[in-house]
This record gives sequence, structure tokens and C-alpha cells, in this order.
Amino acid sequence: MAEILDILLSASFWAAVIRIASPLIFATMGELICERAGVLNLGIEGIMVAGAFAGWMAVYFGLGLWTGVAVAMGAGMLFGLLHATLTVPFGLSQHVVGLGITLLATAAAYFAYRLALPRVTTPPRIEAFQPLPIPYLSDLPIIGHALFTQTPLTYLAFALVGAVSLILYRTPLGLAVRAAGENPAAVEAQGLSVTAIRMGAVMVGSGLMAVGGAFLTMSAFNSFFFEMINGRGWICIALVVFGAWMPGKALLGAVLFGIFDAFQIRLQQTALGADIPYQVFLMLPFLLSILALVVMSRRAAVPAALMVPYSKGER
Amino acid sequence: MRLEPVANPSLARLLGFPAVALALTVLIGSALAMTAGADPFATLGLILRGAAGSQFALLETLNRATPLIFTGLAVAVAFRARLWNIGAEAQLYAGAVMTVLLGTGALGWPSGLLWPAMAGAAMLTGALVLLGPAILKVRFGVDEVVTTLLFNFVVLLFVSMLLEGPLKDPMGMGWPQSPRLVPEARLPRIVEGLRLHWGFALGLIAAVLVWLIQTRTTLGYEMRAVGLNRQAAEFAGIPVGRVILKTALLSGGLAALAGFSEVAGLKGNLTLDISPGFGYTGIIVAMLALLHPLGVVVTAIFVAGVFVGADSMSRAAGVPTYIANIMLATALLTMVLAIQLSRFRVKWG
Repeated sequence: MAEILDILLSASFWAAVIRIASPLIFATMGELICERAGVLNLGIEGIMVAGAFAGWMAVYFGLGLWTGVAVAMGAGMLFGLLHATLTVPFGLSQHVVGLGITLLATAAAYFAYRLALPRVTTPPRIEAFQPLPIPYLSDLPIIGHALFTQTPLTYLAFALVGAVSLILYRTPLGLAVRAAGENPAAVEAQGLSVTAIRMGAVMVGSGLMAVGGAFLTMSAFNSFFFEMINGRGWICIALVVFGAWMPGKALLGAVLFGIFDAFQIRLQQTALGADIPYQVFLMLPFLLSILALVVMSRRAAVPAALMVPYSKGER
Repeated sequence: MRLEPVANPSLARLLGFPAVALALTVLIGSALAMTAGADPFATLGLILRGAAGSQFALLETLNRATPLIFTGLAVAVAFRARLWNIGAEAQLYAGAVMTVLLGTGALGWPSGLLWPAMAGAAMLTGALVLLGPAILKVRFGVDEVVTTLLFNFVVLLFVSMLLEGPLKDPMGMGWPQSPRLVPEARLPRIVEGLRLHWGFALGLIAAVLVWLIQTRTTLGYEMRAVGLNRQAAEFAGIPVGRVILKTALLSGGLAALAGFSEVAGLKGNLTLDISPGFGYTGIIVAMLALLHPLGVVVTAIFVAGVFVGADSMSRAAGVPTYIANIMLATALLTMVLAIQLSRFRVKWG
């Protein structure tokens, strides 16, 4: 018990929670925007791989860190454009296209990696984002270190949640996006183009997913590994459901997930953890996500037109 | 733009668009080969030769196609009823584990009894693995795409745990691998001297059986009805929930046979890398076959050929082997678009 309390009271634990949650926040916001507009984006896993690779590669070849983030975002938006073109105007199955994009983006990243670095066994490192302590706030006990001694990308992730909330609920653009996911015919009746709104949402959302991937290679770590994303994209899809398609609740979900994940990593190193196979600990985040889906599904507010292709003049 | 259904698509329309899709895939493959500094024609030639250029290459392709036939069938069956089973990978491993449990000497049975016992138990395990997400879908409305995807990770970690624990081979020099199957449990080769095991024949039989189920039985009719329009099926008195559960059992069982066939036919033991994503590739196989069970056999051989060919080309020409995955993903995306375009006309404005 004392061990568990020690873990929960350490500043490094809470810093890890925030670090684990950050990439999930970017990608979850991205998926949330897509789904709010009515498009399920199963390309998320692959787009995160592509973003992780593109951002890291850009910096490795001498571009600045923020330029690297922009490159990652651009790569994500490109795959988003492909996804949106196939699923929105052409109305293809969002399941099949999404999985296809995941395959394509992952393979493209691996192919490019092998092409750029044919003979390396250990991936080269880059000078990643460094923690940026916020004056005064970072001196607070425990939470000061956890919340205010993070890298700029983490602050951006939290700011993003506020921005997405604000845009979705307080602007005409947000209203149009939400309406495209709930009642596309009404959007068309207002003289707006459902196709344009949905395609825009998928592109922006995919860009954010890619930044989530880039967080791993440019902030959490400093190099690119195969299998690095390791199901994080799928977990973000679960987080969107857990958050009932609301940015604030999804953020809560990501932080809860971070707490849980950071806790299991530390538990592995205790006496209790030594007796249990490490695979059990690694399984828990996935099982927890499934459990969260089951619990939340009873009162989920699924966007009414999610996964329903819209065709003008049809009802 | 708008899509208008084409009432009676001409043959040129039905074949033209898929042909363009295939051409586009080859074009992208060539472009990738060129970026890697290789001659595109030579690269494609090497892929072709590596896949079907010799008896050895062809048998290698058929061996690689065997698990893909099973996972492709599993996906085709599920998708036809709109059950989005993305968990064939997990079901494959579940079947492989069961095969090892029964095939390493636990049962002192002759082959004639042992094979059906292992295959049956493997199917049952795989079916149960998919039954979980299917029940969650039917009972609680939980999206099965996410649950089956997440289950893949859980099952793979579970197998890893088994291979480092109770299933670990004491003679394995510390590697996480299972003991080898007893000789009676191994599937023999179809023709003595040729490297192709009975798993492939089992795949062909499974494809025909699935086709018969889909076209000749009430269950097949119900699965199609549920897939076409769930509400209408419900209205017509079809027990939709129960049909989905039955579909899940069939689909999970088929995917598990891939694990059975790889362990008992090809490898002889279980390792963590027994499937390089056969479960996910099954989705490409099924989609390219337009979810037709007999088509799955053809597309599984095609997809396996691309992988085997790319492996051999990569060794010779130095183009990264991931070119195969890119070409197959391209084939998948362009083909679903081509099918749509052959049935709908694009109207601008």
C-alpha cells in the first residue's frame, strides 16, 4: 500500500501521466473532429505512424522542430485528403477506406524510412523538444513539475482541447461541422456544402492525428521505431466514444488513460509486479479501453449521420 | 458532384474501371521502384519471377496463400453480414495455441483422430474469441471494429505470456517458442517431395463449403439479408442478433483454421511471429474478391504472390520489401473506388 501511495505522490508520476496523455489528446481531438462531421477515420493508426516518421525525418534532415511539426501535419492532411475524397464524394465504405489508409500510410512510412536509412540498425536521434518550465507555476509542489515543466507540444495539446471546444460549440463553423454529422440535409438547406465541410474536417482531423504521432518521435522520445504507435490510434477511437464525442470529456479520458498507463509501468517495478508476467500489465490498457467502451455505450450520443454517406438531393 | 446509379452497366464499364485500378497499382509500384533507384520494369519482372517463376516460387506462393485463404474467408463471411471483424489476427493466434495444446503429445491419438480434434478445437477457440465482441455488439451496441482491433493486442500479449511461461519449449534455448508438434499431429505434404501441405487443400475445401453455406442454406440467406439491410431483415422476422452471433462463430472459426494450418502444416511449432499480419491482410484479400468465397482463393494467391515476389525482388534489387504493402493498399483503395464507379455515374454540379 505504501508503495502505491509513494507512486501516486511522486511528481515524476504525474509528469509521466501528462506525457503519455499528450499524443493521445492530439489524435483523439483529430478523430473527434472527423466523427463529429460524420466520418469515422480508421486511418488514424497509420496516419499517426506517418506523422511520427515525417516530423522526425524533417528534423533529422535539418529542418527546425516547429517546421517538423508542420511537415507531420501536412503529411497527415494529405492522407486525410485521400480518405475524405474516397469516403465523402464517392461514398465508399469508411471501414474499408480507413483500414486501407492505415495500411498505406504505415507502409509508406516504413518504405521511406528504409529508403532514407538503408543500413542503420539503431535509428539516429534528433534534438527533440525540451521541457519549457513556465515561470512561477512550475515551482508549485507536485503539480508544478507535472503540469508546467512539459515540452511546448504538451501545452499545445491542452490548448487544442479548449480551441476545439470553442470552435465546435461557439462558432458558426463548429455548428456547421456538428450539423454535418447530425443532419446533413439541414446543412445543405442552409446553402452550405456537406461535402466541403466533411472533407475539411477529415483533413484537419488527420493533420492533428499526425501531430499526435509526431509527439512521440519529437517530444516523448527522439527517434523513430517500427511498431512505435502500437495501437495508440485504436485507443484514441475508444477515447472518442468514452468522451461521448465531447472534447472536454475526451480529454478526461486521455488523462485517466495516462494515469492508468503510468501507474502500471511503475507497478511492474514493485515487488508485486515482479510476480506477475509483464504482459498482463501491457494488456491492461487495452482491456480497460474495451471496458470503457462497454460502460459508455449505454448512454453514448453517437452523431446521427456517422458513417452515413451524404448524397445531395437524396432523403 | 453526385453519383447516379447506372441501370445496366456495360461489360466495358464493369471491367474497364477495375483494369484501370490494376494499372494504377502497377504504375505506383513502378514509381516507387524508381524512387529507390531501380529499373521499374526489372523490378516488376523480379516480383513476377519471385512469385511464379519456378516450381519452388509457385509452391512458396501457395504456401503463403494458405493462411490468407482462411483469414480472407473469415473476413468475407463477416463483412457480408456487416459484422466488421478486424480481429482475424487474434482468432488466428487462438487457433494456433489450441493446436499446440492438443498436438504436442497431450493426446496419444492417431493422425486420423488427432487432425479433426485439433482443427475442431482450434475453430471453437477462434469462434469464442470473436463471440465476445459480437455479444458486446448485439447486447450493448458496442462497435465491434474497435473491440476486435483492441482484442488483437490483448491476445498477442497473452500468447507472448504463454510462450514465455507454460507453453515455453524447455529445449528451445530460451527462445519464446512452443515445443514442436508430435509427428502424428503434423499435416503431411499433398504430393511427396513438393513443399505444399494439406492445409492448402483444406483452404480450398473451406472456400467451397462457405460458398455452399452462403448460397444454399437458410443461414446464408439470413446473413446476406442482415448485411443488405438490417431493419428490413428485422421486419421480415429474421432474428438479426442471433444471425450476427452465428456469423461471428463461423468467421472466428475460419480465421482460427489459419493458425491451425500454419502450426500443423508449415511451422510445426508456435512462435510470436507466426503471422506477419495475415489477419489484417485477410481484409484486402476479401475486399479484392468482392467478398465472394471462391474469389477469395484467387485473390489470396494473388496477394501472397505480391508478398513472396517482393521479398525475393528486395533481396535481388534492394528495393525495400514494404513496396508490397504499399501496392496492396493501393490495389485495395483503387479497387473499391473502381467497383463504385462501375455501378455509379459521376454527375458534376
